[in-house]
Amino acid sequence: MGTPRSATTKALPRAGRILALVVLAALAVLTVFPFYWMFVLATHTRETIFTAPPPLLFGDALQRNYEGLVATLPFWRNMWNSVYVAGMATVTTLFFCSLAGFAFALYEFRGRNLLFGFLVASLTFPQLLNIIPYYLIIDFIGWLDTPRALWFPGMASAFGIFLMRQYIASAINRDLLDAARIDGATEFRIYWSVALPLIRPALATLALLTFIGQWNNFLGPLVILRSRATFTLPLALRSLQGLVNTDWGVVILGTALAVVPLLVLFFFASRQVIEGLTAGAVKG
Amino acid sequence: MTTGPRTTTGGPPPARTFRWHRWQRRWAPYLFVSPFFILFAVFGLFPTLFSIYLSFQAWNPVQGLGSMKWVGLENYQFLLTDPWFWKSLRNTIWIALASGIPQHVIAIPLAFVLVSGVRGALRHPLTAAYFLPYITSTVAVAIVFNTIFGTQFGLLNWTIDGLASWPVTAWLFSGIKESLPINWLGRAPYIKPAISILVAWKYFGFNVVLYSAGLATIPREYHEAAMVDGASPLQRFWHITLPLLRPMMFFAITLTIIGNLQLFDEPFILTNRTGGPSESGLTLAMYLYRTGFEWLDMGTAAAMAWVLFLVIGTATIVHFLLSGRRGLERRE
Repeated sequence: MGTPRSATTKALPRAGRILALVVLAALAVLTVFPFYWMFVLATHTRETIFTAPPPLLFGDALQRNYEGLVATLPFWRNMWNSVYVAGMATVTTLFFCSLAGFAFALYEFRGRNLLFGFLVASLTFPQLLNIIPYYLIIDFIGWLDTPRALWFPGMASAFGIFLMRQYIASAINRDLLDAARIDGATEFRIYWSVALPLIRPALATLALLTFIGQWNNFLGPLVILRSRATFTLPLALRSLQGLVNTDWGVVILGTALAVVPLLVLFFFASRQVIEGLTAGAVKG
Repeated sequence: MTTGPRTTTGGPPPARTFRWHRWQRRWAPYLFVSPFFILFAVFGLFPTLFSIYLSFQAWNPVQGLGSMKWVGLENYQFLLTDPWFWKSLRNTIWIALASGIPQHVIAIPLAFVLVSGVRGALRHPLTAAYFLPYITSTVAVAIVFNTIFGTQFGLLNWTIDGLASWPVTAWLFSGIKESLPINWLGRAPYIKPAISILVAWKYFGFNVVLYSAGLATIPREYHEAAMVDGASPLQRFWHITLPLLRPMMFFAITLTIIGNLQLFDEPFILTNRTGGPSESGLTLAMYLYRTGFEWLDMGTAAAMAWVLFLVIGTATIVHFLLSGRRGLERRE
């Protein structure tokens, strides 16, 4: 038995805590530094990027790089495509997933367990298995090179429905539905006016998940989109890479501008983003 | 039971409205869940079944559906004798291990220290910093890492050179100094390490969050009781934290296995879509993409997708058999 010091004992001894903090801070620098460096390089020319030692402070080539960027790419058009795809995906996913999650969580209907089991089973399929079939069906219905091919098929995602069902089942009492029915509300009305306002936190989580996922999606656009005017940002940036004598200042500026919206989102909603992106894990 | 025609509540409305109400109530749940099943049938189930059929065909999609030719198991036989297939399988497993193991080896103690040794106000900013790469586009970070891995003026070589010349850390880097500057992305032996560094950097923060959540479920009393008994932090980590963290470890490692075996974006950007010199950075997912979409051999690519599915399934089952049963029983 050691001496009971429970009232004053910290979880770690003092020296250990300081050492731990140094290691923790060093790792944080390691993860954040490339982002800082990205913004630094965005203000440098090709010539000053490739110097020894590498530039660590901001340069003065921001405007030059910007002019190069809009001259090489329809950059704002690509930005709009990304906003459109991620935005449409988010709005439609929120609607269809919460609607189906509502039905699975609160209704008894014939075949419910079978249908829900089927939905959960579809979650175990690796994404990559679907890429060729996905391309073929999009080609078959003539949607190649159209951004809607990126958000339409995933509007009612199994994962989103699963997430919504779990939340609704724990957040909404069925008696509430009966109360609304006595008032003569239709089932859709109950979903819209009673259920939706009660599941706002889960909706926010799903919105963040969907938006971030679509914003960063690369493989989907890579097989579907063909022309520079329909490219989303990751694809547009990637197209600069193949050029001879890549102007890295321009490429990195485009990269930085493509990352900024998510950085802003993360800055204001980091707690929710982190909880949301690991929600499936922690609750499952 | 809250639905079904017999449990209708409320006063007696007019007959017509009453019938409409019963009707919409009976069919509403089916209507609400139908979008998923319709979309899944069209964009998921049908094409996936079709891809099984396709894996027994020789087909170039540019020549139309008519050019499809039944070849039986030829696509699968081809894969088993194809040196590029085996090479990309080895590359994939190499990168999966080299990027996957450090993620967990770093994340578990890090989460432990973060949860037990850091004040609440500092904990979140640190977590957010670790998590940041995870939410950023892989294409974007891979482009930035392209410059970090540069041979002559890259940040990584410059840092290694600095550390190797600094007396305090020189011993750590004594073996590496001779090979500087390292051509990370241009020479075959360095491509897989470069890809693994990027992947480990991008995903370790996600695991830190998972393990922090897992640690938060361990009752405080266990640690307090151990402290009363004079257990050191290391002993507590080893005898309390690790065993109780097993369910989360099982889950997190499963996610890493499934994700790492499908690695595509990182090697694609870092090797400028080629796979690098002597294909040493070519992963299975990239090989699948090139076969189907660059060489337009959809039949073989479909077969490859199913083989990859089998590889992922096998790896997951092996992991389950090795650690899963022990990991899961702790949960009860």
